[in-house]
Amino acid sequence: MNADEKISVAHLSVAFRRGAGYVPVVQGINFNIRAGETLALVGESGSGKSVTSLAVMKLLAQAPKTRIEGSAVVADSSGRAIDLVAMSEQQMRHVRGNRVAMIFQEPLTSLNPVHRVGDQIAEAIRFHDHLSKAQARARALALLEQVGIPEPAQRMQSFPHELSGGMRQRVMIAIALAMEPDVLIADEPTTALDVTVQAQILDLLRNLQKKNGMAILFITHNFGVVAEIADRVMVMYAGRIVEQGSVAQVLSAPRMPYTQGLLAAVPRFEHAGLGQGDLGTIPGFVPDPAAPPAGCAFHPRCAFSIAGRCDSQAPALEEVEHGHQLRCLRWQELTASVECAQGGA
Amino acid sequence: MSTVATYPSFSGRLAWFSNPTLARFMRHKLAVLGVVMITLLVLACVFGPYLLHYTDLSIDIRNRFSPPLTGNHYLGTDALGRDTAARLLNAGRISLTVGFFAMLISTLIGTLIGVVAGYYRGWIGAALMRFVDAFLSFPSVFLVLVLAAFIKPSPTMITLIIAVTSWMEISRIVEAEIRSLRERDFTLAARMVGASHRWIMFRELVPNAIGPIIVAATLTIANAILLEAYISFLGYGIQPPLPSWGNMLNAAQQYLGNAPWLAIIPGLAITLAVTSFNFIGDGLRDALDGRSDLK
Repeated sequence: MNADEKISVAHLSVAFRRGAGYVPVVQGINFNIRAGETLALVGESGSGKSVTSLAVMKLLAQAPKTRIEGSAVVADSSGRAIDLVAMSEQQMRHVRGNRVAMIFQEPLTSLNPVHRVGDQIAEAIRFHDHLSKAQARARALALLEQVGIPEPAQRMQSFPHELSGGMRQRVMIAIALAMEPDVLIADEPTTALDVTVQAQILDLLRNLQKKNGMAILFITHNFGVVAEIADRVMVMYAGRIVEQGSVAQVLSAPRMPYTQGLLAAVPRFEHAGLGQGDLGTIPGFVPDPAAPPAGCAFHPRCAFSIAGRCDSQAPALEEVEHGHQLRCLRWQELTASVECAQGGA
Repeated sequence: MSTVATYPSFSGRLAWFSNPTLARFMRHKLAVLGVVMITLLVLACVFGPYLLHYTDLSIDIRNRFSPPLTGNHYLGTDALGRDTAARLLNAGRISLTVGFFAMLISTLIGTLIGVVAGYYRGWIGAALMRFVDAFLSFPSVFLVLVLAAFIKPSPTMITLIIAVTSWMEISRIVEAEIRSLRERDFTLAARMVGASHRWIMFRELVPNAIGPIIVAATLTIANAILLEAYISFLGYGIQPPLPSWGNMLNAAQQYLGNAPWLAIIPGLAITLAVTSFNFIGDGLRDALDGRSDLK
């Protein structure tokens, strides 16, 4: 792990037990995130995004029910490298919320309805720091102020249901940031919020990241959010990374047909009212991980697949330019044809 | 900014009279009646004996079997000339105390087993719940009688015996509640910030299940009072001369023909206490379940 890498995940695979055997859900994921960097993880529902994050936090069911392989290395509080995959539940308790924190999609259900907001933040601090209740509450108050909650002293006394969605997500962020973690995993944190609040939360995350230099793994299926917050993008399909690169590389010049399909499905403001026909869709569904198609996992849904090649040969992750990798057997031909089409237009 | 500054005064804690839970409880007339009756009963049992002319053990041999309202014997006397009112109130102290502490102990046992079983599920949960089923499958009255026959019956022992045979209902309720609560996001979120299993069980989940626990506990008091009366009536419970509503009934049965008030008075006390607690339990069930507003 390089010095400025806050988390380094290598060959991470997750399999769930089903009947007698194991079904692979995530296969051979590699990524690392540097200090102050945001990596977006994009993909359809069921592509393995959330399982990847839960595997890193070791919040999936215990060993016989799931099998996790590979490594996920972060630094502990004294700076030593520790592999989360190899850690015991007891050790993980000191990592969760301390070195690695997480925020969720639904901020209302993630807060305990019967405890006051201030107490929830203070207790989260006291799991890791031996502070008195008064000291922890003082820290909680400072955190609420830091995440931009107006009247923080009054809000300390509020119950979760008395706050708006955006406020609740700010409280969740305050809890996540309480111990100044190296890594923040944000699992669709803005999906349940309306667009203006969404922009505020993204701003907040970006500002906090600038201040404390944490690495963010941002899970989403909203490309607008990706463009706004991420430095690099990783597209996942059927448990594998199918394309990764910088935001500019992936969003403006996607090479993998799956990524192209996802981007074609995003409504675009500049096309509004021009009558350019329907939004793009990708036919079919994510394959069942228990019965993956032979060859390229995407070939049954791919408009460019060729019988005899895509359905028999599994593509490897290839580097197409510096920092831009993808998993497609035909990318060279397809790139050429795209360039022809663009030249003709 | 000035409008923002006034905002907290609207969102402060709700005053007690506009609390929706309390409002729902107050709408349940029988439950309110129950609270009034229990309050009166408790006050009478605590302070009443000091206001009477006789203690529960003083014998007025010339006025045996006097009916209610003779002289200073407001509720009459029994076969030994002891004042029924004094005995009734002292018996109430014992019966209500036994009921209350039996409830406390059985709620603790039931909650503990229910939480652990519901949280861990798997073989731990299955083993604990089969243990609960095993206890439930005994007819508890006979279990109580058998235990009471072996153990020297003092109020403490009777309390323990009743508690040990009436915690199963609560543990079933709590187990079901915790099972559904542990699947909620805040359980995962608590693990996410590094909470231990014990913390999650007792600080995150139990407070969310407190409504059903309170309801079950209230109904358990009613059952405990009834069970105490039952075993005392059969002679295995509180032993005379210490009065309890159950053994007053037992003593009264020989004189049912010529001194019926000796049976009617403690019988009424038991009925009053048990039905009042049941009404309170019903009212609490409606009040603590926010959905009942939708009806």
